[in-house]
Amino acid sequence: MAVLAKDMIEIAGCKTCIRRGGSGPTLLYLHGAGGSSNVVGFAESLTDKFEVIVPDHPGFGESDLPAWLDNIHDAAYFYLDLLKQLNLRDVHIVGSSLGGWIALEIAVRSTNRIKSLVLSGAAGLNSKDTRRGDIFMWEPPQRIRNMIVDQTLAEKILSVKPTEEQAAIAVKNEFATARLAWEPRFYDPNLHKWLHRIDVPTQIVWGDNDKVFPLPFGEALHRHIPGSTLTVIPKCGHLPHVEQPDRYKAIINSFIDSTASKGAAA
Amino acid sequence: MKFTLFHLMPYADLDLDAAKDYPTSWLQTPNTFYDPEKGAALYDRYLTELERGEELGFDGIAVNEHHSTAYGIMPSPIVTASALARRTKNVTIAILGSALPLRGHPLTLAEEHAMIDNITKGRLITGFVRGIGAEYHVWGVNPVFSHERFHEAHDLIIQAWTEPGITSWHGKHYNHEYVNIWPRPYQKPHPPIWIPSQGSRETIEWAAHPKRKYVYLQTFSPTKSVQKYLKMYRDQCEQYGYTCSDKQLGWAVPIYVAETDEIARKEAKVHYENFRNRFLKMPIEMLLPPGYSSIESMKGVAATKAQIVGDVTLELCIELGMFICGSPETVRQTLEHHWKTMRFEHLLSMLQFGTLPSDLTNKSMDLFAKEVMPKLRSVAASTPALAAE
Repeated sequence: MAVLAKDMIEIAGCKTCIRRGGSGPTLLYLHGAGGSSNVVGFAESLTDKFEVIVPDHPGFGESDLPAWLDNIHDAAYFYLDLLKQLNLRDVHIVGSSLGGWIALEIAVRSTNRIKSLVLSGAAGLNSKDTRRGDIFMWEPPQRIRNMIVDQTLAEKILSVKPTEEQAAIAVKNEFATARLAWEPRFYDPNLHKWLHRIDVPTQIVWGDNDKVFPLPFGEALHRHIPGSTLTVIPKCGHLPHVEQPDRYKAIINSFIDSTASKGAAA
Repeated sequence: MKFTLFHLMPYADLDLDAAKDYPTSWLQTPNTFYDPEKGAALYDRYLTELERGEELGFDGIAVNEHHSTAYGIMPSPIVTASALARRTKNVTIAILGSALPLRGHPLTLAEEHAMIDNITKGRLITGFVRGIGAEYHVWGVNPVFSHERFHEAHDLIIQAWTEPGITSWHGKHYNHEYVNIWPRPYQKPHPPIWIPSQGSRETIEWAAHPKRKYVYLQTFSPTKSVQKYLKMYRDQCEQYGYTCSDKQLGWAVPIYVAETDEIARKEAKVHYENFRNRFLKMPIEMLLPPGYSSIESMKGVAATKAQIVGDVTLELCIELGMFICGSPETVRQTLEHHWKTMRFEHLLSMLQFGTLPSDLTNKSMDLFAKEVMPKLRSVAASTPALAAE
């Protein structure tokens, strides 16, 4: 397992923080609303088999907030630029939550450089029947308690006081999340029309007790994306990489193994 | 000194016991608690109170905008200002304020304000606000774009009002091939614009600019803050190269007057505390959604959270100067003292608050109008101005 090395690279005029490490096929991990800090540990565990890349989205973490960042579409085009600029090919994109939504927006535009998609608790679709959990209404401790089923684990996470720097990054990430996802709330009204364009193998992973985007949201993605697989992780909330990392890693590994001999989805 | 009677129109009949399971009256208390019979009676009562303001000698009456809350059942001040337009003859009618970022089409505001200005033959005072944080949860507009939308909407409205003929507007948030509003405003170049604020350097820099010279109103703040921000505005005018007129400054504060200090405190206590702790109170996530205030200003918030959203007492608020409560003499003395220190032209008194019932509201209005206002007017008239207009 390798530590991810940090680098600052300018992409589309935005100084972007990129963490990179390991060797093997390229795996691009797109973090969620909480920023890259809660995915880095899990991403490092994937470096045994992959060259893992974990950027801070524009506006998040240690990346700059570029003047052009107004919505999710801007984030998607940024990543298309990133893939091209870093000359990445046959990339396995793994996206959590907001990162999953960005992955969807990238993929409906072009799967040219993409080998496969893993979508974990992904935002992006609306549902007329199921209400989302409104994270903007939950105070920070309540967010952790609502996103994680195992309350002992939740309390353990809450017992760690953030440093001043971490607290500052948390506010920055909150602002950036609002920029992309406040309205419409965590979805793109036009996305469902074009999910049929996703022509790479897609694994959808969902916690059975996701209170942010309940399971029906995962089921809807599964219906819309041709040839996709949906795996539900029991005893798991919105953050499989935090709550069930071993199970989640096993799903990712076995899925990506299965794509080795595949081209586009049937 | 000019006196404006300001109203929030709360749903004073809220079943506070039943509603206490809900964390806040903002958005999260369902409208099943609104009884149209009671609501209709409240609208009648409150509009009558404002109309009485003219009879009692106020220079102006003012209405306000809040959505999805028992705190104020006046989501459209356009409606209430219109209701008052034909029933009053001489008072100014101030809309404090229209929440610009919440509108999809700011030009509808330009039209509505222009209509009222024409209907009243120039008695309208236009107020522009961003809306408080909760409105962004209620309305779904992105708080990250609150400042951008406010400024673009403002510029668009000013263009619609002041550039005659058919123009166009292509901005980041609003796009119009044609801008040609009928009617144009009655007042020239447009109704006076007032900017209510809880204290913001950026707002002051913008409002005091020589191109605008908008009246700045410090609202619902401790008197130390009122002093600080009114001074900041005056200093900003100096930086722009001109001397601030008293006419550019105002203070909005809830006031209760009764026969003696003791009676006033006793009568106001439960209603004022309901106003603050049951109607106004909301969690910090609603008051300050991400992007509403700068990242910098959010840094101190977590530490002072309890102060910002915690419960208050009548006594504390009187001490801080957030609530003026007492006999006519006490109220007059307090206001005179603050006026002499700060020399604002506009005093906006909110004489109904929270669950304060009709009889106490009207008693307070009468005492204020008869025992306080005239004395303050004569003090102001006989005190030389700090500077010529």
